[in-house]
Amino acid sequence: MQKLHSKQQQWMPVLFLAPAVILFVVYVIFPILQSIWLSFYEWDGIGEKTFVGFRNYIELFDDYQFWVALKNNLYWMVFFMLAPPIGLGIALFLNQKIMGIRLVKSMFFFPFVISQVVVGLVFSWFYDPSFGLFNKALGLFGMEPVAVLSDENWVTFGIIVAGLWPQIAYCMILYLTGLNNLNPDQIEAARLDGAHGWKMLRHVILPQLRPATFIAVVVTVIGALRSFDLVATMTSGGPFGTSSVLAYFMYEQSIFNYRAGYGAAIATVLFLIMDIYIAYFLWRMLKSEKA
Amino acid sequence: MFPTPIEKRSLPFNLSYRVAVWIALILWLLPLVAVMLTSARSTADINAGNYWGIPSEWMLFENYALVFTETPMVRYLLNSILITLPAVLGAVALSTLAGYALAKFKFRGNIALFAAFIAGNFVPFQILMIPVRDLTIGMGLYDTASGLILFHIAFQTGFCTLFMRNFIVGLPDELIEAARVEGVSEWQIFWHIVLPLVRPALAALSVLIFTFIWNDYFWALVLVQSDEVRPITAGISALKGQWMASWQLIAAGSVIAALPPVILFFAMQRHFIAGLTLGATKG
Repeated sequence: MQKLHSKQQQWMPVLFLAPAVILFVVYVIFPILQSIWLSFYEWDGIGEKTFVGFRNYIELFDDYQFWVALKNNLYWMVFFMLAPPIGLGIALFLNQKIMGIRLVKSMFFFPFVISQVVVGLVFSWFYDPSFGLFNKALGLFGMEPVAVLSDENWVTFGIIVAGLWPQIAYCMILYLTGLNNLNPDQIEAARLDGAHGWKMLRHVILPQLRPATFIAVVVTVIGALRSFDLVATMTSGGPFGTSSVLAYFMYEQSIFNYRAGYGAAIATVLFLIMDIYIAYFLWRMLKSEKA
Repeated sequence: MFPTPIEKRSLPFNLSYRVAVWIALILWLLPLVAVMLTSARSTADINAGNYWGIPSEWMLFENYALVFTETPMVRYLLNSILITLPAVLGAVALSTLAGYALAKFKFRGNIALFAAFIAGNFVPFQILMIPVRDLTIGMGLYDTASGLILFHIAFQTGFCTLFMRNFIVGLPDELIEAARVEGVSEWQIFWHIVLPLVRPALAALSVLIFTFIWNDYFWALVLVQSDEVRPITAGISALKGQWMASWQLIAAGSVIAALPPVILFFAMQRHFIAGLTLGATKG
């Protein structure tokens, strides 16, 4: 980088940045502030706004549905954390040079490329109580059929499993790339020292895969908190709101119940939770930038 | 290489591995296989509950013909294309300019601006929903392709700028500086020196955000409501309501919706993965 000489040229970065910054401010930065501001108002989305202070938040913390959605988001985060290790497992399994392996690897990645709406439809069939493969499999083991998507106790886990499918594929690709870039000298040295199998993985391979693990964990957490498409297509939050998550709860309140102010309060809470991870990611990213 | 290359193992181990890989693949993709088979089933099969076996008669052509003639699927498909292509083009263009400025110019607030783009890319959609919907309605763009396109360009610019900036940072400064000493204007430098060098990154980025935008469902629900504008994700979901019992048609629709990103991924696999894992090699 260097200083620019002529006055006119000093304006160039501004011109280069202007279109992107303007759009980004109008569609992302400003709406965030507006939503937070709106969360202090009672508003049906069309008519007058009435300032209500913290009343939306007080109501929210008293709302049983809010706690159900929050709890489900927690389940999503906890069980979504299975995606990085399973993705790593599949990547290790596929990291060989046999004929056709490139095709296999890319086909393993399919679930990530297709729309979550399609994934949701596919898994709805899979779980169908009368003809779904899931219940046929249960039947083979002599178990009673379970209507996963209409059972309050199972529904969220059923949706999470559907969400894991593409998420595992994503983590797998991150790790396959990481395994490709391993330092062969270190592995050879460790092999000469008698390291192999689990020990090798833990002490030599995993430390080298740390950048991949970092990205995998961040995108998985963000994915868990963002979950909306699958809930919307598979259950619409049902039965009786038991599979709702904050993202869907917010959408439901604002669009179907005409409670935009209340919806904005839910969105603000979700945004604050997400900020923890965004801040962590930024901190790591900028730290490596300075190094 | 880790794990140990399979060639170094015993022959039986080697052979069983080669078989296991394909079995694992079939199990992994079983749900998709089922959808593809279902899209070729007859109504009789559906009514008889034959969802997972081999279709008793193959209705592949008939089912897809029916989807294309009896449902607005062609319209949805066209809408998705008309929304996705301009949005990809717009986001990539804006972010290449912005990424270049962030990577190669020193100015106050550079890092802060970069951080804002990264952070914005991770925010939950719901925090943007109500204001963006109002803004779109206010501009008279509700239920138009332009409304969706504008939003997608703006939102994807966050991720794209992060991506382009990190790529351009790696380009040698000497080239740019030499041109400056020669008195080449900044715009000429961008157009004739930087742009040709970032071509691989442009390809990677375009493929990646094509699938992001193509698969978007949330904004299609929030900013659009009529069949004339609805992209295929929201279209399938609407069809599901109307064609409840005709699973073979929903399945065919799902296959059609999934095909473009899958084909693009296959055609440009290397680029796609390069795009996805950028930052995974550092950070």
